Amino acid sequence: MQIFDIFLLEAVINGLMLGGLLALLALGLNLIFGVIEVVWICYAELIMVSMYSIWWLFKVIGVPLPIAMTGGLVFGCVIGYALHRFIIRPVLSAEPINQLLVTGGVLFFLQAAATVVFGIEYKNIGVNLPSLNIGEISLSWSRIIGFIVSIAAIAATYLFLNRTFLGTAIRAISQDRQVMPLIGVNAEKIYLLTSAVGGAMAALAACLLVLQYDLHPAVGLTFGPILFVICVLGGLGNLIGGFIAAFILAQIISIGGYFLQGEWGYVIAFGFFIVAMFVRPQGLFKR
Amino acid sequence: MTVLLEIKEVSAGYNGLKALFGVSIQVNAGEAVAVIGPNGAGKTTLLRVISRLVAATEGSLVMEGLSYADLPAHEILALGIAHVPEGRRLFPRLTVLENLRLGAYITSARGQYEDRLAFVYSLFPRLRDRASQLTGTMSGGEQQMCAIGRALMSKPKLLLLDEPSAGLAPVMVQSMFEMIRQIRDAGFTVLIVEQNIQQVLKLVDRAYLLEAGQIRRCGGAAELLQSSEIRQAYLGVS
Amino acid sequence: MIKKIGWLLLVILGTLPLLGLGSYPMHLLIVALLWSYIYTSWSIMGRLGLVSFGHSAFIGVGAYSVVMMWNLFGWSPWVGALVGIAVSLVIAFLIGWPCFRFKIVGNYFAMVTLALSEIVRLVIVAMREQTGGSLGMTPKAAVAEGSSYSILALQFSNKIVWFYVVMGFWLLGLFIWHKVDRSMSRLALEAIAEDEEAASSIGINISRTKMAITLLSALMTCIGGILYAQYQLYVNPQTVASLTVSLQIVFGAIAGGMFVMLGPTVGALLLLFLSESLRIVLGSQSQGVDQLIYGALLILFIIYMPKGILGTLLARFDQKPVRVHTSPTS
Repeated sequence: MQIFDIFLLEAVINGLMLGGLLALLALGLNLIFGVIEVVWICYAELIMVSMYSIWWLFKVIGVPLPIAMTGGLVFGCVIGYALHRFIIRPVLSAEPINQLLVTGGVLFFLQAAATVVFGIEYKNIGVNLPSLNIGEISLSWSRIIGFIVSIAAIAATYLFLNRTFLGTAIRAISQDRQVMPLIGVNAEKIYLLTSAVGGAMAALAACLLVLQYDLHPAVGLTFGPILFVICVLGGLGNLIGGFIAAFILAQIISIGGYFLQGEWGYVIAFGFFIVAMFVRPQGLFKR
Repeated sequence: MTVLLEIKEVSAGYNGLKALFGVSIQVNAGEAVAVIGPNGAGKTTLLRVISRLVAATEGSLVMEGLSYADLPAHEILALGIAHVPEGRRLFPRLTVLENLRLGAYITSARGQYEDRLAFVYSLFPRLRDRASQLTGTMSGGEQQMCAIGRALMSKPKLLLLDEPSAGLAPVMVQSMFEMIRQIRDAGFTVLIVEQNIQQVLKLVDRAYLLEAGQIRRCGGAAELLQSSEIRQAYLGVS
Repeated sequence: MIKKIGWLLLVILGTLPLLGLGSYPMHLLIVALLWSYIYTSWSIMGRLGLVSFGHSAFIGVGAYSVVMMWNLFGWSPWVGALVGIAVSLVIAFLIGWPCFRFKIVGNYFAMVTLALSEIVRLVIVAMREQTGGSLGMTPKAAVAEGSSYSILALQFSNKIVWFYVVMGFWLLGLFIWHKVDRSMSRLALEAIAEDEEAASSIGINISRTKMAITLLSALMTCIGGILYAQYQLYVNPQTVASLTVSLQIVFGAIAGGMFVMLGPTVGALLLLFLSESLRIVLGSQSQGVDQLIYGALLILFIIYMPKGILGTLLARFDQKPVRVHTSPTS
């Protein structure tokens, strides 16, 4: 029983770290939805292309990794901005379904673009961080760093949203859009800024993920679906709800994957989600 | 008397329906002016045209000698026109302090944020007490205070008030107009749209009567209050 | 006039196989009709604003059910089909019920269905003992020596048979589309798509209607998967249960025009045309390029031509009373 417990504990800790990462992603998605009222169905694909941009800068161009990651962050900002400016803005006044469909098209496009440009072989940046060994538990440093950075980013976002003028305006815009001009706020500028920030968050996640996982055009599918499930569970647009839901589902995935095989963790998490939806369809938390 | 705001022959409408037909009004610095009239006369539309939330199809909008008919709505506050909309429209899940802070969002106001806040608190001490309360949980009167306070944070040259007494309990209505008097005495220029003709005419210097999208009468407040036409039509006095 | 041309084309279509077309052109026809059927099945939901990004889940369930039941238990695909249909209906109910019952549509529905198709794919891969995982599965050949078909095993080597089977289902799909379109008054459809409150005041049980349509669409799509598996005699998670397939369905139906009966069919033809052309032009490098084009086109279509090709054309000619309602994507 002793060994059983230890590895379960390891799964729990890994789940915690996964939770941090997913919470960061959920924050980005919820922020975009809260401000612009659009769901970026292609969010995971933004992460994927940012990962490729880092890989490309590091492995192909030969730039040092920190510079490559910074490049990735810039790339993420630009992609986020461009996504809103050129693809979402034209359909903002149309039915919400159109916005979903258009971001679905971007998902499609980005996956295919990555396939065409980079091919379907798995790639890796080849940086292998050591593991931290505590007793019988082995935790990879890349995940630990991922967790710390995620939490730091979430904390920074929290401070930004609550302590700055701009952050307060961003929180306000989701509560009453039409009043914004009367306060001298250009809503469109806020949308573009939020989109760039959302893209940057995806790119930040990409920096962390590129240390842990292989690269593949479909890698977005590893995170996308579970991310959506998290956001719906936490209440779409609810930043705190998404945060909590991320940790809950990450634990289920990790522990489920520990007891059964890897993929089943996701299936169980999804099952949990379905049950939760029957019990409280508005999401676990009120907005 | 310097002319602050000058609206000339302005027409506007929604969805193909015209609401204003060649309306002209003028507000001078330091004045308190009212626009009165029945429901649906276009009073709210008029304010929204002034703050550019609604585009005028004809006519000119001039503020301090500057024609601004092409400015986008979010640049109006920088001109010095602060609009407190109908229904208060505070941000319900933000605190009083956060709502007030947003009033000073524009760059010209941020630098004096602390001073402006102190000023608003001096006018409305209740707001200081409730600084960390979510505005969605406050009473109508308190919300109106906060909404006006928010507009004052930018130290506007012209304050537009859309039906400030609407939805308030009669007791609150009195204190509401008292507050507006205080604001006016503090030196702000005010343009009020109101249904409560009796109270507002006691407060302002001049008034315009807007009916069915057109200005029917204008003149000194006292004079209008005495006019038999107004008294019969709106005050129910024969 | 249009109607007469339509019937004529139908007759021509029906006689095509008898012209002795080669094996590959026949294959293309079958695949075209099959996907047209599937896209049409999707669109009876899509046009109500229930945009599913996970319809390939039902294809996958149908396809794998028949193959697994046959290979693992020796159950005839006729029985396997029932299993597949039952599972599809259960899934559709589980996904749909919370969404509809509590009026969460649009965003929630799209996100949840997207997750669904990935989960189904994951399950198929996770059950690699039974399903062969990513490598796929082939139903055991049941065709006896000298014979070219087995009704019990639902395997026919003669493409002409498959052509008529698939064409039958395609027509059935169109018929169902038509019936769904008519049986509820147009007002009711509009109301459901845009304004829940008004609709409920007309006394329509919105959730039940949406659920019924969802179940119907799932059922029809599942059958599409069954047909696919039995025709191709090979299934793997990528080709039947992936997000890519789900998105292709969405793209096809939108590009053709999902508010028009033959819109999804036009979309399927468009997709097929594109992928075949690319295959000819680019050869083996075409992988990914076709999807690149689909993605780009989907974006462009939504922004500039939300009614789809056929929908826009018909609106231009102002033929039969085109849906002039403000429904999703118009």
